[in-house]
Amino acid sequence: MDEHTLKDHAAEQRLFQKRIGVVVVIILVLTTLLISRLAILQIGEYKLYTTLSLANQLSVMPLPPNRGLIYDRKGVLIAENIPVFSLEIIPSEVTNLTQTIAALAKTLPITIGDIESFNRERKQKRPFEASTLRVKLTPEEIARFSVDQYRFPGVHVKAHLIRNYPAGSSLVTALGYVGRINESELKKVDSINYKGTDYIGKIGLEKYDEAILHGRVGYQEVETDANGQILRVEKSIAPIPGANLYLTIDSGLQQAAETALGNDHGAVVIIEPKTGDILALVSNPSYDPNLFVTGISNKDYTALLHSPDQPLFNRTVRGEYPPGSTIKPIEALQMLALNIVNPNTKIFDPGWFTLPNSTHRYRDWWKGGHGWVNLNTAIEVSCDTYFFNFGYKMGINNIDAIFRAFGFGQETGIEMNEELGGLVPTPTWKKKAHHQSWYPGDTVITAIGQGFLLVTPLQLAQAEAVLAERGTLVAPHLVLKTQYPNGQIIKTMPVPKTAIQLPPQIWNTIIAGMANVTQSPRGTAYPVFGQTKSYTIAGKTGTAQVFSISQQGDNYHEAGTPKRLLPHSWFAGFAPVDHPQIAIAIIVEHSPHRATRAAKEILDYYFNVQPTLAPAIISAIKAATFTAINTALTVPTIKVATLSAIQTATAPIIKPITSTPPKPTPQASVNHAG
Amino acid sequence: MQDKHWQKDYPKGGLARRLHLDLPLLYGVFALAIVGLIILYSAANQNKAMVIQQTIRFAIAGVIMVVFAQISPKHYERWAPFIFIIGLFLLFATLLMGHIGKGAQRWLSLGVVRFQPSEIMKLGIPLILAWYFSSKPLPPRLKEIGIAGLLILVPVLLTAKQPDLGTALMLALSGAFVLLLAGMSWRLITVLAVLFFASLPLLWHFMHTYQRDRVLTFLSPERDPLGAGYHIIQSKIAIGSGGLTGQGWLQGTQAQLDFLPEHATDFIFSVCGQEFGLIGALVLLGLYLFITFRGLYIASQAQDTFSRLLASSLSLTFFFSMFVNVGMVSGLLPVVGIPLPLVSYGGTSMVTFFGFFGILMSIQTHRKLIGS
Repeated sequence: MDEHTLKDHAAEQRLFQKRIGVVVVIILVLTTLLISRLAILQIGEYKLYTTLSLANQLSVMPLPPNRGLIYDRKGVLIAENIPVFSLEIIPSEVTNLTQTIAALAKTLPITIGDIESFNRERKQKRPFEASTLRVKLTPEEIARFSVDQYRFPGVHVKAHLIRNYPAGSSLVTALGYVGRINESELKKVDSINYKGTDYIGKIGLEKYDEAILHGRVGYQEVETDANGQILRVEKSIAPIPGANLYLTIDSGLQQAAETALGNDHGAVVIIEPKTGDILALVSNPSYDPNLFVTGISNKDYTALLHSPDQPLFNRTVRGEYPPGSTIKPIEALQMLALNIVNPNTKIFDPGWFTLPNSTHRYRDWWKGGHGWVNLNTAIEVSCDTYFFNFGYKMGINNIDAIFRAFGFGQETGIEMNEELGGLVPTPTWKKKAHHQSWYPGDTVITAIGQGFLLVTPLQLAQAEAVLAERGTLVAPHLVLKTQYPNGQIIKTMPVPKTAIQLPPQIWNTIIAGMANVTQSPRGTAYPVFGQTKSYTIAGKTGTAQVFSISQQGDNYHEAGTPKRLLPHSWFAGFAPVDHPQIAIAIIVEHSPHRATRAAKEILDYYFNVQPTLAPAIISAIKAATFTAINTALTVPTIKVATLSAIQTATAPIIKPITSTPPKPTPQASVNHAG
Repeated sequence: MQDKHWQKDYPKGGLARRLHLDLPLLYGVFALAIVGLIILYSAANQNKAMVIQQTIRFAIAGVIMVVFAQISPKHYERWAPFIFIIGLFLLFATLLMGHIGKGAQRWLSLGVVRFQPSEIMKLGIPLILAWYFSSKPLPPRLKEIGIAGLLILVPVLLTAKQPDLGTALMLALSGAFVLLLAGMSWRLITVLAVLFFASLPLLWHFMHTYQRDRVLTFLSPERDPLGAGYHIIQSKIAIGSGGLTGQGWLQGTQAQLDFLPEHATDFIFSVCGQEFGLIGALVLLGLYLFITFRGLYIASQAQDTFSRLLASSLSLTFFFSMFVNVGMVSGLLPVVGIPLPLVSYGGTSMVTFFGFFGILMSIQTHRKLIGS
């Protein structure tokens, strides 16, 4: 040992031993500090940290309910849920996202739009939650991806259910459609119940009966690891699926009505008078609701929105048209009820009507005039002069009263939020809306269904049902019965809204007049229905002016007039005359006389071929469904749905109903054909 | 008297005596290694390959320990300046061309072996200080303390620059304790302590953003629960939910389900805390204390200043490594990235500590019989 002369070894050792003692004390103090810290965590705050630890592992996963299916009255499936496959990426499991997407794009068609929407979704989520890169993979694409899947850790194919409308554009008028739920919609619903739900009814029945169709969300308490992977299901409360709806719609009749309209624009509403069941609800042209389900592309939507054909415009409940002569029988009813006329009251029709102390001629559609006409003939030949005359005598209040009693001027209450109520004009209304007094001329033209008066095809069909039932108004409705998940089936009970109490002979007179329209050689519908022997029909034709062609009765030639200026044609009625089974209202836009021919095609179908038709359609639908199920079965489900199911998608949701449909312009013209 | 003591430690005077092994220290280290492997098996999510790898490291480190035990303290005293200078040189080299691992240049690659030169300094600083003070009369004078301070400060700053704040802190602590053990006056200690705390704001100024983040997060982990605070929150959850008796081996959810980050390395103590509870943690702490106190006992029995200062300094470095790690995972200290000695997965610090144990054994078993 290297001894140092200056060193006092004994003193140094004593000093060292003392300092070692100090160090031992310091060590003990620090160790005590550690132990107290551990004791605080493990004894004092044990409960807190146990809870936190459990919260780490257990997460509650919503199990979205399956949306209720919708059938037509004969059990044909018209709204179903089909499995589709999406390509999802969990960013935290992918080392280089850009490279992965680039590599995927070599295997599958991936657009820039796909990548953009993926990035948008990814930013709203945590890294271990899946975001969708591609939707609706085809079986072939899935197969191609599956081969290469080992190259793409963190990329999965996920199956989920989306709404599908097998009939495509055919039933959208009644059904509406579902689309991706957006934030403002999420605020209006019970957000807990919609955890895990991606879609919500946007319009039509899908929206109206959202609460019934949606069902009740279920829950699964799952143990997860830090990546959100499910390890074990601890507890599970099954979701309650939405109720199935059976509609009053008859798909076959609906198809027949569409066929009858062909390429013409217009609407058909058919109601079973006794029950108020809506058998057909057609607005032509239509659109494919399936486009809206996963979020329609901007291009497709713009095309639909700006199409001059206005496919998004539901004419049956939102199309407000002047009813034209179709309301003459209803007015005649009031004239009889008020004893203004009796069935034999005759007037001479020179071809025009003038108000007292006025030279202005309100012209009849038949230039030469109908000569001597009584009430029955007035309906049969649609004599304007007769109704100018007695409508004026009856006064606007009496006219309005009967219109209201038949349901005009207010919503019918069909299961659609977007329904419009039409307009029954009153002097008070005119003062308010136009700051003008009610002139006698207003009454005159209202009496032939022109002027301010506006009705929807649904309202007119409802009014025909009231005529058919001789005064009983049953609310028209779309839902026949509701089948709840527990098996309980509740039939919609038709509720009579009002009853118009009038002596039977008054009804008989009016209905006989309407029957003559189709059966008497002078009847306006005789050219079309004259040869029909297998059923009887009480009806009325009508013309809705869209453009003031002539105030003073100049000639106009259909052939030389642009189509958009041609008047709309109506046909409204019920059949058979004695025991009515259906009430119908048809409007064909810019196509004079076309409505009556369409009515005949539909009624022919209903009374002749009704029980056997539609197998072609049904089998087509079945085939489509079968293919979808097959697709679902052949591809294995790759991954359990993760927390990503809670995503609140904010895909662009489009509400076609907000687009303003140009209303048929009411014109103060009296020039019309009956 | 010394002889008698010798007899007590080696009653049989067999193989252990010939191999210069200190049996109590050996038993303590062996026990800690076994416990460490058990915890690691669970913390590594039952990855056998990792446990085998760690066992191999133990074996290699054990060989190094035995080799170090054969070398007489005289040689260590002679080599002390060279080891320190080499360490200093390597620190500079690292700064210039080190590998970047986890945002810091701590690693130096020498062919196939990658290691952290700051580990050498864990030995280098105690060696140079013991060497320096052994030739001076104690208690040291102010000038000697100043020189010693410089010997500590240069490697500490170099390490902090890498940046490896945790190891720098460790080096500073072990150096400071050599000064304390060398007999520095209490008045001076007080003055230096005051100066140190006064300079903290200055230290803050030189910190990297991530280091400041760690301090801020330490003060309030909830500040950033998914970012910087995530580690410490998850670690506290692991320890706290362990309770008194723990959730059982392999049953700790925090590590098994990957909620706890770095659960096989820096945060392995939390795994032990959750699976074995407070009782398990106390047993582990007990093992560390046993080894530390055995080291300090060896220091107190040493016959010369160099051996005394070296042995006590190495023992304290070992203790403080454990203290800083456990303090860090339990939320008592900021997260500084110090592994738990002999338990955390990894070889570098393990080899260093086994080197320490070898030197301690050497000091204990190379004593001369004095007097008679």
